[in-house]
Amino acid sequence: MRRALVIAVPYFWLLALFLVPFLIVLKISLSDTELAIPPYTPTLDLSEGWAGFRAFLAALDLENFTFLTTDDLYWKAYLSSLQIAVVSTFLTLLVGYPIAYGMARADEAWRPTLLMLVILPFWTSFLIRVYSWMGILSQEGYLNQLLVGLGVISEPLTILNTNTAVYIGIVYTYLPFMILPIYATLERMDASLLEAAEDLGCSRLSAFWLVTVPLSKSGIIAGCFLVFIPTIGEFVIPSLLGGSQTLMIGKVLWEEFFSNRDWPVASAVAVILLLILVIPIILFQRNEQRQREAEGK
Amino acid sequence: MTAPAEFSPWTDPSAKPLIRFTGVTKRFGDFTAIDNVDLDIFEKEFFALLGPSGCGKTTLMRMLAGFEMPTEGLIELDGQDIAPVPPNKRATNMMFQSYALFPHLSLRDNIAFGLHREKMPKDRIAARVDEMLKLVQLEPFASRKPHQISGGQRQRVALARCLAKAPKLLLLDEPLGALDRKLREETQFELMDIQEKTGTTFVIVTHDQEEAMTVASRVAVMDHGRLVQVATPAAIYETPNSTYVADFIGDVNIIEGKAEPGDGIMGIAWAEGQPNLTGASDLTLASGATVFMAIRPEKVRISAEKPEGAANAVAGKVLDIAYLGNISTYHVELPGGQVIKAQTANTDRIARRDFTWEDAVWLSWSATAGVVLER
Ligand SMILES: Nc1ncnc2c1ncn2[C@@H]1O[C@H](COP(=O)(O)OP(=O)(O)OP(=O)(O)O)[C@@H](O)[C@H]1O
Ligand SMILES: [Mg+2]
Repeated sequence: MRRALVIAVPYFWLLALFLVPFLIVLKISLSDTELAIPPYTPTLDLSEGWAGFRAFLAALDLENFTFLTTDDLYWKAYLSSLQIAVVSTFLTLLVGYPIAYGMARADEAWRPTLLMLVILPFWTSFLIRVYSWMGILSQEGYLNQLLVGLGVISEPLTILNTNTAVYIGIVYTYLPFMILPIYATLERMDASLLEAAEDLGCSRLSAFWLVTVPLSKSGIIAGCFLVFIPTIGEFVIPSLLGGSQTLMIGKVLWEEFFSNRDWPVASAVAVILLLILVIPIILFQRNEQRQREAEGK
Repeated sequence: MTAPAEFSPWTDPSAKPLIRFTGVTKRFGDFTAIDNVDLDIFEKEFFALLGPSGCGKTTLMRMLAGFEMPTEGLIELDGQDIAPVPPNKRATNMMFQSYALFPHLSLRDNIAFGLHREKMPKDRIAARVDEMLKLVQLEPFASRKPHQISGGQRQRVALARCLAKAPKLLLLDEPLGALDRKLREETQFELMDIQEKTGTTFVIVTHDQEEAMTVASRVAVMDHGRLVQVATPAAIYETPNSTYVADFIGDVNIIEGKAEPGDGIMGIAWAEGQPNLTGASDLTLASGATVFMAIRPEKVRISAEKPEGAANAVAGKVLDIAYLGNISTYHVELPGGQVIKAQTANTDRIARRDFTWEDAVWLSWSATAGVVLER
C-alpha cells in the first residue's frame, strides 16, 4: 500500500505536468483556427451531454498536419534544427571532453573548485549571458576589437546574426551539461587501468582510445543527449544571436503562436517536435539504465 | 662441481643478472618507500618478495614495470638502464594487486588485449587466449564481463592476461591471494611449470610464506623499504640473519640474553640461576652484549626427564597444547615466565599423548639447532 503510494507520487506529477498539457496541445493541433478567445474551435461543451461530445470529436481533424507538409518552411525548419543540434552537440563534445578530462586529472584538492567554476555561469540569468555574447560578437564588439587591435584581421568579422554565432551560443550555454556527466565517468575511472593498458603495450594515446574513451562512453552519450534534446527546440539563442537565414523550429513555433496567432498549426508543430524528440529521449533513458545495470554488479 | 649443476647463479660471480638495482631509493614527498636497495635478480629466477603491508613491495615492482621512477639509484635490465624506457616498451608484464581488469571488455578480450598490441595474427591470438583460459580454468566464462565473475576468478583473469604475452620478466603482485588452497597449489605448480617451459623470470609478491617457500628460488624479506635478507628459502628458514627474518618466516622461539663468547660457540646468559644456553656461532661479540637465540619449535625436544648430554636443557611446565592433526605444539612456560613452543610429530595415535596440562617437562636442543643472532 505504502509502496504503491510512493510510486504513485512521481506518476501523478508526470500526469499533471506532462501528459495533461500534452493532451491539451494535441487537442488544439487537431482543431481549426478562429478569431475568438480561445482562438480555435471546437471547444468541449459538456452541457450538451453525449451528443455534444460526439460533435466535438467529429470537428477534430488532421488538417493542420497536412498543412505542415504543404509548406516546405516546416520540414526545412525541422531539418535545419536537427542539423544545428547535431553539429552543436558534436562541437560541445569536442570542447567539453578535454575540459572534463582535465578536471578528472587535476589534483584532488582542486576538483571541487573546478566543478564550481563549471556550474558558476548558472548563477547569472541565461538571457543576460546570451545578451553579453551579442556584445562580444557584434561588428564593433569586444572580439572584433581585440582581433583588429592585435592585427590578426583588418576588417571586423561578421559573426553576430549568423549560424556561427548560434553555434557559439549553444556550445557556451550547454557546455556544463556535457562536462558534468563525462567528468563523473572519468573521475570514477580507476587509474590503474591505464597503467595496465600501458603495461600490455599501449602507448598513452592508444590507451586513451582503447580504455578511457570506452569507459567514459556512458558519460559521452548522456552529455550528448542532454545537449541535443534541448537544442533542437532552442528558441532564445537563434532569435538573439542568429540571423534571418537561421531557421530553427523553435523560432517557427514562436512565430506561429505569437505573430500569426495560429494556435492549431503551432500546436501541430509542437506535437511533431515532441515525436521527433521521443526517440532520443528513449535512447537516453536506455543508456542511463544500462549504465545503472553495469554498475549494479 | 660434480653433482648435476644446481640452479644458483647468485653464487657465480661471473653470472650476469637480468635485473640489477644499484642504490635505489624511492621517496614519496619526504616518505621513503624504498631505502637504498641493492639487488640482483637472475634470469629464470623465481624471486619472491616477502614483507609486512606497506614495506614497499608494490613500489619495487612498479619501478620495474615503469610506473614509478627511482628517486636515486639505477635499475638495469639486461645491463641497460631502464629509466628512459616507457612501460609499454619494457619486456615486462605486471599483474596488479587490484587486478585492473578492463570493465568494458569480456574476459576473452581482456586476455587478448596485450596480444592485439603486438599485432599478432587473429588466429594465433584466439589460440593463445584459449590456452590461457584453459590454464586458469575459466573457459565457460570467456564472454562474461569482469563484474560478472567472482573475486578469485577475476584474479585468475588478471594472471592469465599478463601470462599471455609470455614476457621476459613477469611481475606478480599477490597473484594467488584470493584463491582457495587447492586452486592456489595447482596454480603454483602451473606457474613453476610455465617458468620451466618458457624460462621467464618471475618476481612475485606474496604474504604467504609457505607459497614463497614452495615456488621461490630466492626470497627477499623486506622491512620499511629495506631488504633485510635475500637468500634461498632454506637459508632464510634455517639461517635467518636477524630475529626479524626469523620471526617473519615460520614459527620461532626467540630467547634474549647476554653474550659470553667462546671458541666457535656462544654462551647466552638468559636467566638468573639458569645454566647458559649454547649455540654454534662465529659472531664476534663483546662479552655481555645483547644476543638472541632463535630456535624453531620443531627442533625443540620435549621430555619428562632431564635429557643426558643435551647442549641446552630447560625445565618448565605445559601451559597449552595445540593439536594440529599431524603435529602437536606444546606451549611450555619457563620459570622466568617466558613461553617456548615445542613441536612433536604425531606418529602415534592421539590416545597415547605423553604430556598434559600442568605437567613438568624438560625442553632440549642441540648447539647447532638454534641460530645465534645479534639483532
Ligand atoms: N603514490 C604514493 N604516494 C605516497 N605514498 C605512497 C605511494 N605509493 C605508495 N606509498 C607508500 O609507500 C609505502 C609502500 O607502499 P607499497 O604499496 O609498496 O606497499 P606494499 O609492500 O605493496 O604493501 P601491501 O602488502 O599492503 O600491498 C606505503 O607506506 C605507502 O603508503
Ligand atoms: Mg602491495
